[in-house]
Amino acid sequence: MGSIGHVTPQQMHFSEPLPLKSGAVLPDYTLVYETYGSLNAERSNAVLVCHALNASHHVAGTYAGQARSEGWWDNLVGPGKPLDTDRFFVIGVNNPGSCFGSTGPMHVNPAIGRVWGADFPVVTVEDWVDAQARLLDRLGITQLAAVLGGSLGGMQALSWTLRHPQRVRHCVAVATAPNLSAQNIAFNEVARRAIVTDPDFHGGHFYAHGVVPKRGLRVARMIGHITYLSDDAMEQKFGRALRAAELAYSTQDIEFQIESYLRHQGDKFSEYFDANTYLLITRALDYFDPAREHGDDLARAFAAARDCRFLLVSFTTDWRFSPARSREIVKALVDNRIDVSYAEIDAPHGHDAFLLDDARYHRVVRAYFERMDLAPRAAARAPLSGDDGLTLLPAADSGGGRKAGASKDHDSPADDGGGDGGGGE
Amino acid sequence: MTVLQMMGAEMEVAVSERRDLELIARLVPPGARVLDLGCGTGEMLAYLRDTRGCSGYGIEIDDANVHACVQRGVNVVQLNLEEGLALFDDRSFDVVLQLETLQHLRNTERMLRETARVGRIGIVSFPNFAHWPNRLSVMRGRMPVTKVLPYEWYDTPNIRVGTYADFEVLARKNGLAVTDSFGIQQGREVRTWPNLRASVAVFRFERR
Repeated sequence: MGSIGHVTPQQMHFSEPLPLKSGAVLPDYTLVYETYGSLNAERSNAVLVCHALNASHHVAGTYAGQARSEGWWDNLVGPGKPLDTDRFFVIGVNNPGSCFGSTGPMHVNPAIGRVWGADFPVVTVEDWVDAQARLLDRLGITQLAAVLGGSLGGMQALSWTLRHPQRVRHCVAVATAPNLSAQNIAFNEVARRAIVTDPDFHGGHFYAHGVVPKRGLRVARMIGHITYLSDDAMEQKFGRALRAAELAYSTQDIEFQIESYLRHQGDKFSEYFDANTYLLITRALDYFDPAREHGDDLARAFAAARDCRFLLVSFTTDWRFSPARSREIVKALVDNRIDVSYAEIDAPHGHDAFLLDDARYHRVVRAYFERMDLAPRAAARAPLSGDDGLTLLPAADSGGGRKAGASKDHDSPADDGGGDGGGGE
Repeated sequence: MTVLQMMGAEMEVAVSERRDLELIARLVPPGARVLDLGCGTGEMLAYLRDTRGCSGYGIEIDDANVHACVQRGVNVVQLNLEEGLALFDDRSFDVVLQLETLQHLRNTERMLRETARVGRIGIVSFPNFAHWPNRLSVMRGRMPVTKVLPYEWYDTPNIRVGTYADFEVLARKNGLAVTDSFGIQQGREVRTWPNLRASVAVFRFERR
């Protein structure tokens, strides 16, 4: 089991406007993406990996000449890893509106010849999925073996099965939710206010002023970071440890290690992340709510996904995207008699666990991918008869895939790193 | 015991467990939608899928078993049964299985009612404490330690021990109609004096 080695991002330009959920359009855009492994002759082994808030197309592998440039899900994706690039063709793509190469608010709006800034159109999870689908069109992939994502990436994975159910056979959604709770939206709003009230924000047109609203970004990241960790994980890692030997009795200096850690995370983040992107992506999180168009009935929303199969994973200490939220999705799938397996991993790390290599978590994901049939799915199955009959559902994959246990189990203990550089929400 | 004898004994257990599984599977209508509470490694669901065209889900709490189910391609939902079956609507399954599970549950009666609520047919199996070797053991003054009840009294996950006859009473109390019942002893169906002659009790019931 090793790393993919050096990888190189690629670009695809799209001149046909992308219609957005808001009614606006993205007139002209470029997507940056990476691929790992090889597409088979049937073009049936492609797996799309969707990224979360502050991650990118760089899912796995490293960049030549750059130390510590591992992709954000390098522990999960690679040769012999749970998502095995010896068997699957894996695609990572940076979403429009983000700040890692795909068209975003820091780029020039071709219509007016000025940087988009705050005028970049509001993008949604659904818009990202549609943009990803266009990339697949251009890559000649009509049906994905699977779509995989964690957190906000998990929302995209779910959305794929609702918007393009015929183009995806399996959905693996980790540490995600069918929508954000009021508490989640509240955290996002605090982060956004921190950014927009930074005097350097200039209504989102700070690029023209040659400044960056770093203060706002720092606070936004600090808040986010608190919510990605569990109380226990934070207690264990920092407790009440002091930075110096003695208390300074200062209201503004750093006293506790946790303060130092959060400030460090905030500083780092403000160096590379775009403020408008932060606003856009947190808004996309807030808006995601597939049940809304179905009378708030999630089961009705998932009726569209009848031909897809699901693996859901949650973590017991994740209070931002709690197991209860994943169970709501499980219920909606069960109500539709859709094949789903659900693992609730008793991991201590909180929301960040989805980026760490907990052995139980990776073992289940590995088993699911190993079992996955590479044959394209035939036409949609016949409609199901009424609720009360002995309706026969098609059996689960019956051994078409590679034999389980063909590769060594992934056993390394969970990383204790604490989510630095992680995908966040 | 030689190694060969040990292997033979293990194979005997495996074969008789397989026969138990087949005997119980016969109670499940072909093509049924099945919920298997405490599905273990998913063996029963895989068997029902492969031989009777059934579909459905298993519920399991143990990480290793959840993994085994995913490896088998059996749908599994990781849940603690003690939390109930709120995830499942009334009569949303043709059959709810509770095989070798109820003896591990604190709230046996509630789970029995949940089984009858969610499924049109309920099927349970559990160790029959009234099997004659157990009775002999208790008469000698000691709790039994057998193939079916292999644990010492102070160290057993079987927190509810009951008998074939006890279950009949519990079913009646909860308004359940027993549509079939028998014992299993070493892979064979026991229909005469099952309370005395069988180590495993099997009941199929419906809500009245």
